[in-house]
This record gives sequence, structure tokens and C-alpha cells, in this order.
Amino acid sequence: MREILIISGKGGTGKTSLTAAFSHLADNKIICDLDVDAPDLHLLLQPCHEQEVAFYAGNEARINQDGCTGCGTCAQMCRYNAIRQENDRFTVDPIRCEGCKVCVSFCPEQTIEFPEKHCGTWYVSTTRFGTMVHAQLFPGEENSGRLVALLKNEAKKLARENNIDLILSDGAPGIGCPVISSLSGANFAVLVTEPTPSGRHDLERVASLCDHFRIRSGVIINKADLNPDEAAMIEQYCRERNYPLLARLPHDPVITEAMVQERAVTELGETEIGREIRQAWTRIEELAG
Amino acid sequence: MIITVASGKGGTGKTTVTASLATVWDAPLQVVDLDVEEPNLHLFLWPELGSPAKAWMEVPELDAEKCTGCGNCVELCQFKAISMMLSTLTLYPDMCHGCGGCIAVCRENALQAGRRELGEIRQGRAGKIDFLMGTLRIGEAMSPPFMEQVKKQMQQTLLETNQDVIIDAPPGVSCPAICSVIDSDVIVLVTDATPFGFHDFKLAWESFSPLGKPMGVVINRAGLGTRDIYDFCKKKNIPILAEIPFDRSIAEAYSRGRVIAGVSDELGTVFVSLREKIRDLAADSGKEVSHA
Ligand code: SF4
Ligand code: SF4
Repeated sequence: MREILIISGKGGTGKTSLTAAFSHLADNKIICDLDVDAPDLHLLLQPCHEQEVAFYAGNEARINQDGCTGCGTCAQMCRYNAIRQENDRFTVDPIRCEGCKVCVSFCPEQTIEFPEKHCGTWYVSTTRFGTMVHAQLFPGEENSGRLVALLKNEAKKLARENNIDLILSDGAPGIGCPVISSLSGANFAVLVTEPTPSGRHDLERVASLCDHFRIRSGVIINKADLNPDEAAMIEQYCRERNYPLLARLPHDPVITEAMVQERAVTELGETEIGREIRQAWTRIEELAG
Repeated sequence: MIITVASGKGGTGKTTVTASLATVWDAPLQVVDLDVEEPNLHLFLWPELGSPAKAWMEVPELDAEKCTGCGNCVELCQFKAISMMLSTLTLYPDMCHGCGGCIAVCRENALQAGRRELGEIRQGRAGKIDFLMGTLRIGEAMSPPFMEQVKKQMQQTLLETNQDVIIDAPPGVSCPAICSVIDSDVIVLVTDATPFGFHDFKLAWESFSPLGKPMGVVINRAGLGTRDIYDFCKKKNIPILAEIPFDRSIAEAYSRGRVIAGVSDELGTVFVSLREKIRDLAADSGKEVSHA
């Protein structure tokens, strides 16, 4: 089974628009949106939810006021400043609580409860391009690598059950916990970048991350004509580091137009950018083996 | 006053807005790049930076000779950072959240405070502006503890100088984003009017509203996409502080690392007016609080 992941280091590079186009072009795959913090792929694919499951992760401390004597042990031990004191009343600030259980264990009165935390919902859905696995964390919840791992597992399970040999994932932005989770076990990473100073900088960081986890990767430069010099520098960087350049796409408002129409850009008939995306996809399939 | 510039997703122009706002700010200022996974602000403001200081987090270290294998620490740890196999204890420092529980619970004193590198903090100056940034170590999965340390440094400078602060926050609406807006006086949300932008803006608004901070919006690439965001802001009474037009020349200037407030007089005016509206927003909410 192959797992192809589209990532970009930072957001706004066109990663999701490209994932939607690849979802249109690839046959026989499971589509997966691993950007559980701010998922957008569903806006283009209009999934119809077949299965809806609550996602619980970690626990949250809650002080049972009846037993509390106000000794303050919990506040002293908490390293996250999550225990609030107002007069003699101690309460837990859920935004700061990390669920480490230290207060629960050390409360001499054993009066701190530790219920599981409902953090979001995940879905298995049907779309016009095939089955899709995706999720939505509640705003402000931990952008959990665990939810990303769960989605990946679910996608694999569905792929095995249905004899599908490709998982196509829209990865999480950044280089922290959620991206690390999305990279694990991937066969090939498509790195989408823009010819801007920050674009190159972010590309270098996310590419190092792929190298760190020994995942092969290729690069797409989006909006390449906005700054040809910077685009040339990115190409140079790719040559030096041996990252295949998969495509150099123009800055084309048709991408936004597709977004407004809630379609993949390759569905809008013959366009130059559509042709180049098709070529890039052929390359990716070859490279991902 | 601490102003945080945030966005529901990346690529909306948050860093451009921060850089432009900083260059038109007419009072003593500290800018902080808290987008530690992808710090980019220095690429626009070109600060002269001092040498980096490493930031660490406390993680346990094992003295295997003292360990009796009671397993108290394993039981306490909520993050699978300690495991016991055949009565041998193994620590996974990368998973540790630094809560200190295992060290406190160990009766044999077999666990002591060690440390794990989180990233590097740099300070410097961009003209008259104090500049502060953090860069997360590649492979480090947890940004909030590191951001806390960058914020500590910010508070330190603040104590000495009492200047205004503009924070460039990480994108998104989860822990790192919350961590950066939680201590600020005003939140400026940057979005674009595309369907993606609007969708992520709504999430950001939902997750930041409970904090009860005054919040305003900057619409970038205005004129592109739909009117949904304007209708939403009107309905929810969210002030639109500035609109930056969609213009290829701005995208090009940005791609060359230019601060867009300097691209034209019109754009300069947009940011001066943004500055004043942020001040009004802070002042208004101050009044409300004192009347309450
Ligand atoms: S440790 Fe327990 S008894 Fe003491 S203040 Fe905290 S909750 Fe109350
Ligand atoms: S400090 Fe807390 S998170 Fe780290 S190993 Fe000990 S119990 Fe686990």
C-alpha cells in the first residue's frame, strides 16, 4: 500500500487545492484530510458523512469542591499554571490544563476528578472522488497527533478491506506534532511551496523534517511566476538536495475560481494549470512506486 | 498594550500585516515572532540578531541503580514517556510534557531533573524596534512549552521598557495559537475572503471568543472570493479594521520580502489607520470593563 502525503510547511500555498486535484486524478484511493486543526478539503469535495465518531483524547482535571480543603497542593504542583485560586476556592482552568494528572495524584483529599475529554469528531464519508476520512477538532483543542494517527489507521483499514492500494492525504501545516504524525509511514511527500522568502525558508524546514524521517519527497513550486528569481533559487536548492521538481505552476486566479465553485481545478475543463497538475501527478505516481 | 496578530490558517498574510504594522507603529515597540514552527518575520524586518540562547524543558533522568521498579512513575505519566519492560525502566524524553510528576512521585529519588532542548531564542533590533523570535528545534513536537519561554523573555523586556508589543502568532486555532493570544489585550485576525479563508476564520473566531478579548479583522486580498465574511462580521458585530486590496503588485512585493506598508502611499495609509483602529478597540473595551 502506498501513502502519498501533500504538505507545505506553512498554510496558504495551495496544498489543499492541489490535493483536491490529485483526488480527482488518482483512481482507486482513500482520501484523507490530516489537517484536523483547520480542515478545508471538505469544502471542495462536499463529503457525505456515512459514519460519525466522537473523538476522546486525554483527560482533564476537575476539582470536586465538596472535598476540597483549600490546602493549595494542586496549585503548587501544577507546572502549567492551570489551577486558579479565588479566595479559598480552587478551580482548574481547562484551557491551560495539560491533563498530566499530577494534581489528581497529589491531592491529599483525593478530590480531583479526571474525566476523559471529548475533543472532536471524525468521519468516514463518500465523495464524488471516492471514500474520504476526515475530522474536525473542537476549536481550541489540542491539535492532537493522536487524531492524525487515528485517521491514518482508519484509512489503512478501509484500504485493506476494499483492496485499495493508495492513500492520498492532505497533510497538516507546520513542522510540529501533527505533521510528524502525518509523515509517519508515508511513502512519498509532495512539498508545495511558493517563491517567497518565507516559502523557501519553510520548504527547507519541512524538507529537513522529511529527511529526518527518511521519507522521499518532491517539490511543487506554486505561483512560480510571482518571483522568478526566488523560484530559480528554490530550483537550485532542489537540485543541490536532490529533491525532484514536480511542477512549476503559474499564479492563476482559476485556483480561487475553482474554490469559489467548490470544485477541483482539474474539473474546470482544459486549463494550462490543469495540464501541469496532471503531469505532476503522473510524476508523483512514478516516484512513489 | 499587547496586540496579537493571528489567523485561522496559514498564508492569509498574518506576517505581512505584522511587519507592516510594526513599521508604522509610532511608539516604543517590541515585536515577537511566536510562530516558532515557521518563524518568518525576520525575513521582512531584517533585525540585527544577537547570538541564540538555547531553551530547555525539564525532563526526567534515571539513576538506574536507585530504581526498584515500583512503577509509580509509569502509572502517573499520562504521555507514555516512561515504560517498564521486565522491570527495566525506559524513558522517552521526546514524549515528555515536563509535568514533573514522575520526579515528585518517585520515593527512591531515582529520577532527577534532566533537560531536553526545545529550540533557540534570539533577540535583536530592527531599527528602533526590539525584536524577539524563537525557532523550534527540528523534530521537536511540542511548541507551547517553548513558546512559554519566548513569552517569558518578552515579559522580561516589557518590565524593563514598558513598550507596546506586537506578537506574530502561529496560524490555526489549537494549543499553540491559544498559547500566543491568551495574554494579549487585543486580537487582530487576518483572513482572506475566499471560501477557505472564511471557513477558517469562523473557527478562529469561535475558539478565541471565549477568551473575552477585543477582536478585530483585517481582510487581505479583499475583492477576491465572496461577501460571506462581511455578512458574518456584521451579524456578529466584529469590527473590520482594515482591507488590503487584491493586487498582483502586492503579491509580488511580498514575494520579494518587502514590507507592504512601504509599497505605496495608499497602503501606508491603510496601516496607519489600522494602528489607530487597534488603539480605539483597546480603549473602548477598557471603558466597558471599568463600567462593568
Ligand atoms: S490539593 Fe486537593 S484539597 Fe488541596 S486545594 Fe487542591 S483540590 Fe483542594
Ligand atoms: S515529567 Fe511528567 S510527562 Fe515527563 S516523564 Fe515524568 S510524568 Fe511523564
